[in-house]
Amino acid sequence: MDLVIVDYGAGNLRSVARAVAHAGVEPRITAVPAEVAAARALILPGVGAAADTMANLRRSGLDGPILDYIASDRPFLGVCMGQQALFDVSEEGGEHPCLGVLPGRIVRFPRGMTVPHMGWNTVEMRVDHPVFEGIPDGSYFYFVHSYHPAPADPSVVLGETEYEGVRFASVVGRDNVVATQFHPEKSGRTGLRLYSNFIRLAKERGSIAPVEAGAR
Amino acid sequence: MLTRRIIPCFDVDNGRVVKGVSFVELRDAGDPVELAAKYDRQGADELVFLDITASSEARTSVYDIIRETADQVFIPLTVGGGVRSAQDVRMMLECGADKVSMNTAAVERPDLIEEGARGFGSQCIVVAVDAKRTGSETWEVFTHGGRTATGRDAVEWAREAVERGAGELLVTSMDSDGHQDGYDIPLLQRITSAVDVPVIASGGAGKPEHLYDALMEGGASAVLAASIFHFGTYDIPSLKAYLAGRGVPMRPVDAPEAPDAASGA
Repeated sequence: MDLVIVDYGAGNLRSVARAVAHAGVEPRITAVPAEVAAARALILPGVGAAADTMANLRRSGLDGPILDYIASDRPFLGVCMGQQALFDVSEEGGEHPCLGVLPGRIVRFPRGMTVPHMGWNTVEMRVDHPVFEGIPDGSYFYFVHSYHPAPADPSVVLGETEYEGVRFASVVGRDNVVATQFHPEKSGRTGLRLYSNFIRLAKERGSIAPVEAGAR
Repeated sequence: MLTRRIIPCFDVDNGRVVKGVSFVELRDAGDPVELAAKYDRQGADELVFLDITASSEARTSVYDIIRETADQVFIPLTVGGGVRSAQDVRMMLECGADKVSMNTAAVERPDLIEEGARGFGSQCIVVAVDAKRTGSETWEVFTHGGRTATGRDAVEWAREAVERGAGELLVTSMDSDGHQDGYDIPLLQRITSAVDVPVIASGGAGKPEHLYDALMEGGASAVLAASIFHFGTYDIPSLKAYLAGRGVPMRPVDAPEAPDAASGA
């Protein structure tokens, strides 16, 4: 299967690639816009700063193909910065327009908290989502971030996490888009299960969207 | 709720895990990749590799170890030892490290912290502080694996490192390291109250209550230990059970991977 990991110079794409390979698919790691456009499943990884991420995506001519890919309703997984890039604007280091796939902003945790939010935390799902099949609600995933999404539309919040009294959207998406603030490729067997679900759904039915979205 | 982390540490010398007492008297403790896989299965929350290889020719071996480990272990890896430039940081990240720890070079040239944070994000820049007690409430920073006194105050240096962009601090008490009679709690208290990034406590773990004290009294986000794991004194599941029993948030140890992992959501 043509599973593509977008390479725009982000640090952690090797670990994402290893997790995908562990699930039985050799991913194509590419910075070529045409290969992104032709993918049957697309993963946008990322660590680092929002401004750099967006600048790199634009410089490589990848922003357009990613938007077209998502608009064509094929399976998409965003991870960490690859999730934040989906929103309208990031407040990290200024005011940086992002891809605008999901409505809302990326905001910093309040001053006075221990930041980054670093380590293993639980995710409470708001929606029964097929990408989380077999993963018990309240499972632990590995987080490392100082900014988090503040979605303008509550329906894109698929899962939430609480950190020092702040609840934030840790899984977001709609239709064929799922994106996590945590790093499933660093979340042990639970995270590997998420990748294998994503790959299996993309392969078997060409879609990761819930067949019938139901609120928990 | 965010859990506190238990982090086994590997001091790697010429491709083998070793462990000393107060930074000397090294003993062999095993193969790093095998140990990494074992601790992952046991529920380690992260792993730290510190390359203490003296000769720079043998240093490349740590890159192979990181690559091999990252192929098998899907939890965060921090790598340190001999990091002198942003290029070294990049090399370690490309091999599969998630975070890079810097020590001597950061003290000698603090701009390295900013270069790392700007280039790769604060989240992957760990500054390691090796501190030796010089008075009842004062600690001095040492570099070069504990051999060189710097005259710098450890708490002040910790604060500066965070201002320059460190996303996490790894604080080792040289007085306690390898002695297994407890972390330096006052040192941890001073540093955790001076900075707003996570602090990993290191040096002195010998008994489960030492870990509890570092987390709950010292305010550390994570506890690092070497000897108690490598020499089999305690295993991670029993430490986690102990700490959870005393009310410390802990990630439960993963159930072993079943051949048929499918079950209802």
